[in-house]
Amino acid sequence: MADQTSNRTGAAQDASSYWSANLRLIVICLIIWALVSFGFGILLRPMLSGIAIGGTDLGFWFAQQGSILVFLGLIFFYAWRMNKIDQQYGVDEE
Amino acid sequence: MDQYMLNLLVVGASFALYIGIAIWARAGSTSEFYAAGRGVNPVMNGMATAADWMSAASFISMAGLIAFVGYNNSSFLMGWTGGYVLMALLLAPYLRKFGKFTVPEFIGDRFYSTSARVVGVICLLVISITYVIGQMTGAGVAFSRFLEVESWQGLFIASGVVFMYAVLGGMKGITYTQVAQYCVLIVAYTIPAVFISLQLTGNPIPGLGLFSTHTESGLPLLTKLDQVVTELGFNQYTAATSPLNMALFTLSLMIGTAGLPHVIIRFFTVPKVADARWSAGWALVFIALLYLTAPAVGAMARLNITEQMWPNGGVNGDAVTVQQIETEETYQWMENWVQTGLLRFEDKNGDGMIQYYNDGNAEMQALAAQRGWEGNELVTFNRDILVLANPEIANLPPWVIALIAAGGLAAALSTAAGLLLAISSAISHDLIKGTFNPEISEKSELLWARVSMAGAIVLATYLGLNPPGFAAQVVALAFGLAAATLFPVLMMGIFSKRVNSAGAIAGMLVGLLVTLAYLFTYLGILFIPGTNLLENTAVNHLFGISPLAFGPIGAVLNFATAFIVSSMTEEPPQEVQDLVESVRIPRGASAAAADH
Repeated sequence: MADQTSNRTGAAQDASSYWSANLRLIVICLIIWALVSFGFGILLRPMLSGIAIGGTDLGFWFAQQGSILVFLGLIFFYAWRMNKIDQQYGVDEE
Repeated sequence: MDQYMLNLLVVGASFALYIGIAIWARAGSTSEFYAAGRGVNPVMNGMATAADWMSAASFISMAGLIAFVGYNNSSFLMGWTGGYVLMALLLAPYLRKFGKFTVPEFIGDRFYSTSARVVGVICLLVISITYVIGQMTGAGVAFSRFLEVESWQGLFIASGVVFMYAVLGGMKGITYTQVAQYCVLIVAYTIPAVFISLQLTGNPIPGLGLFSTHTESGLPLLTKLDQVVTELGFNQYTAATSPLNMALFTLSLMIGTAGLPHVIIRFFTVPKVADARWSAGWALVFIALLYLTAPAVGAMARLNITEQMWPNGGVNGDAVTVQQIETEETYQWMENWVQTGLLRFEDKNGDGMIQYYNDGNAEMQALAAQRGWEGNELVTFNRDILVLANPEIANLPPWVIALIAAGGLAAALSTAAGLLLAISSAISHDLIKGTFNPEISEKSELLWARVSMAGAIVLATYLGLNPPGFAAQVVALAFGLAAATLFPVLMMGIFSKRVNSAGAIAGMLVGLLVTLAYLFTYLGILFIPGTNLLENTAVNHLFGISPLAFGPIGAVLNFATAFIVSSMTEEPPQEVQDLVESVRIPRGASAAAADH
């Protein structure tokens, strides 16, 4: 990990690559977010109709249970990953 | 001990607990009053956020909304949870880093304009005041039903309790009462659900029971349910009707959720930016405990009720008789709820039986003619009964019923308190300190905060007693406006350095006005029935978009206006661009709090 005080040079560049790392992570998470809810749960449900689960199809499960569980996973993943990235760029809180 | 005494005891005990917390968690500074001194543990804040968020609508109405519509209303489940992903990734950590007290304060600083701040306050007040009306009426109704007092008396008691902890403790008092209220409401919601899931499927976890086998018939529960409801001419439970509107409505609820100021300010109470990220996850954990259970409660209760109405082998056997309803213990709940007017049955054809079926369905009309039925005889079945009567329908012990009463009240009061804080802090911090009298001392600001809180409670009580005609449209209004005004402006404030004050103000106004215009066109001017310009049917809707699903369109217009206006006007000053830089980086969050 970079020394937190003496690393002033290239700080602006660091800040911008920190921000793009964050944006990349957000985009990945939001793609999954949209895929499980609007995708599997609603618009792509006909595609999943072949997969039976408990008297109905997988799309129904995603709409009433699965999407919520994936949302949970996403928020914790983002928090964990961002806290790592913060440390990596030396912008975490003391 | 009879049911009434038990209700009184359980609700009384929960209120004593809230008042005890109020006395313990008094606020001594504006930082404690607005943000609980930024010392709230992220898990505790998650719990408080869950109670703050889950209103009377989540606790009482949601399972019923799903039960009587089925799959199509999954929008509520995905929308009201998916919004937390947006909040956790796009807003909460950055606004915590900003380290101030209110949502309009961020808008005012980032867009270096008091006008922008005032427009933010207007949006916040419209959203929060409409939302609080529903909570107050919900609390009044729960009181009158379980404690047998008049609705207005119930409302006064509820306001009195909120007054105690909100005026004394501000955010600090509200936070710790919300933690207690969460515990009450989740226990109250889960216990009956577990019992019912065990009765129907043998699986103690309702969310799993929903997808397992119905013990009695040996069929999967959802197959059985589809069969039972289609037999009576209702739509198949698991079938979809309009995926596009469903997707847009879900998106509207998601963006709206992320833009609700009373939820956003909860993330100002944790010590660090990293805590704000974790805390959003914990909030969703505690919310999911109820939201994963709700669809199971809905489906199982629908199955129970339908089978009770046709106890002799479905529609081919005889319907339940009036005599059974009046004498058998299994049907006692129907007798109880008939007294409230929320349930009504009528033996139209005088055959001594109550036929429950969809009399709007052509096939059923033919069958009815053949069997001498004269229309659906379960005339009224209010959807809100479902959760409240659930323990009675499943014949659970009286203490579970008392718990439901305390849970419903906890859900309504915790949300009301959060909204009242958002309203009062916008008045004392954004209007009085931020706009009219910036030189005000901290001590007098704290006094003004308490006075605004008291005033907001009086206003909410008044509106609860005299609800305006549009109380039922609250969901459309609050979520549509939050999606079209606050969410876009907050997001642009963080993710763009180029959007300037002119752009932000124009964007918010366009989002606010266009969304209101669209809602008023179909639902009536100020929601007054009969003043709508066009009939609220799919044919009349612009591109078939229902007014309920308009939020995302308002948001897109807000974004577009802000970018176009900003690109034609000067870019924000350097210090504002520096502010955006600093908001994006977690380091220094505690320093920002200390400076303030």
